[in-house]
Amino acid sequence: MATTLSHLPKNRPDLRQHRTPGRKNPGKQAATLVALVAGALFAGLPVLWMLSSSFKTNGEMFANPPRLVTEGFNLGAYTEILTDPVKVRFFVNSYVIAFAVTGLTLLVGILAGFAFSRFDFPLKKTLNVVIVSVQAVPPITLLIPYFGLMVALKLYNTYPGLILTYMVFTIPYAIIMLTGYFNTLPRELDEAVKVDGAGPWTALWRILVPIAVPGLVSVGIYTFMIAWNEFLFALTLTRTEDMRTVPIGIQLLMGQHSYEWNQMMAMSILGCLPVLVLFLFFQRYFIGGMTAGAVKV
Amino acid sequence: MTTTRTTHRPPREDRPQAPPPAARPRWTAALLRRRATPFGYLSPTIVLMVVLMAVPIVMVISYSVMDNVITNRSPEPVGLANYGTILGDPAFWKAATNTLAFTSVSVVVHLVLGLTFAILLNTELLGKVTKAVFRVILVLPWLFTVAIIAVLWRMLLSPNGVVNAILESVGLIGGEVEWLSNPTTALAAVTFINIWAGYPFYMISLLAGLQGIPRDLYEAASIDGAGPVQRFWAITIPQLKPLIISLALLDFIWTTQQFALIWMTTGGGPIDATEVLSTFTYKLAFTRYEFAEASTAAVIILAFSMVLAYFYARSQRARD
Repeated sequence: MATTLSHLPKNRPDLRQHRTPGRKNPGKQAATLVALVAGALFAGLPVLWMLSSSFKTNGEMFANPPRLVTEGFNLGAYTEILTDPVKVRFFVNSYVIAFAVTGLTLLVGILAGFAFSRFDFPLKKTLNVVIVSVQAVPPITLLIPYFGLMVALKLYNTYPGLILTYMVFTIPYAIIMLTGYFNTLPRELDEAVKVDGAGPWTALWRILVPIAVPGLVSVGIYTFMIAWNEFLFALTLTRTEDMRTVPIGIQLLMGQHSYEWNQMMAMSILGCLPVLVLFLFFQRYFIGGMTAGAVKV
Repeated sequence: MTTTRTTHRPPREDRPQAPPPAARPRWTAALLRRRATPFGYLSPTIVLMVVLMAVPIVMVISYSVMDNVITNRSPEPVGLANYGTILGDPAFWKAATNTLAFTSVSVVVHLVLGLTFAILLNTELLGKVTKAVFRVILVLPWLFTVAIIAVLWRMLLSPNGVVNAILESVGLIGGEVEWLSNPTTALAAVTFINIWAGYPFYMISLLAGLQGIPRDLYEAASIDGAGPVQRFWAITIPQLKPLIISLALLDFIWTTQQFALIWMTTGGGPIDATEVLSTFTYKLAFTRYEFAEASTAAVIILAFSMVLAYFYARSQRARD
């Protein structure tokens, strides 16, 4: 608050007095709190219920009246999943694909962002418009030709097939973000290495990339989430159980024998862990990456 | 990041990579290499975008003017006949209407909830820690993938699930309601789930927007005797307007493309109660194997998305 007040003209003490006293209206404060608690229940109760259900036995799942903690509290659903090689494989697949997509997207994005930021070349404007507008191409439009294309390229039901597919959706965002980031770094930095006779390649990897780490983290988190969460292409471009990812695994669990709700909830908890960890540890980058791209594409 | 931001840039001539200005370009090896350098950096992007974006779009358009493809070894061109079939199909229009209802209600409620929570979180009446805790809880739905959100709400909304138990205990409903498998409630139920899943994105963006509004504006308005409601309509809304327009357009584009949530909660059913354009197209292709007609629907959706993207790009340019 102090910083705000310092903007006010010093010769207007009436203004400074206006804010400070009497603003903490207890009635208003209580109303704000009540509204926030209501919102928190709306947002948090379903999540709490998912967590508690993952510790129940399947028989207690729909007990009436509903109870958050039951006698049957146990970790059975988790051990069930973590000891089943088929289900563990879903997680392995998701991690392999998400990390590969993140690494490759950053690599390709750094190269292209550098070109857009530091070079002038013919068709630059056109290419830029293309990069921005392909983001609006609906996945369902690409799905049908991808099916044939991936079979033809022998990438159907393989890791590279899904990895390349996800990169199509993550690279435009990465380029836009990293071009913007490189633009904020002064060109004098690149000049420094020229003195030693080194070219733009050295300038990029020795100077710009190390400074751009915060931007890379934001883009990396966003990319990881896109790859981790994707459903439509994972469903269509894989066929065998050993190639399925976590979102598809959750759906398969729903179709299998009678619904194993506790296992589905445990798998959901395990499935959201990486995103939750990213959020808690990199909150600023996380929010920056998720909102900046959308807000300022 | 902001500290290194600079508006100063060397004049064009000083840029190392730019071709020499006044001299007539002579196609020496050095110049050629300089010209080719940026394309070298762009080549992975260009290859990927040609093979996995341009080629598929050309493919899907060409599929749409054939009689059946993929299943048929030697498809014949049929002109725009498939477009007539799709645009004359009531099922397509039903899916389009559902998509529009699902999307517009989602966007409006996302905005209202997102703005409300953002304003509440921006309050000066509560302490920093309290606000941080509420912010994390309110952002929770955003951290779950759609597949997880779908199974979670299928469990909560199942006939003997906890939502019914609570509503029954307070007397709002009498008996078990099958929210997701009753044709009259299914669309509203999936829209509700989508609202739950999507508002935090607005909340976070608008919170950042609110924090960017200069406080002096509010000070000045207060001194002029403006109450909270007047300040909201005269300052908050006009200041956030460009951000709100971008968010709403972007959400509109995303929500019209939603597939996984519908697919995993209702599968488009019961019958066609929650069929949206993406599930309609998917079923046409992968359960009925009508790849040409599905491609036609996919091209129509693409055209529609490009119109929305054009408005989005225009709103962005207006902001700059």
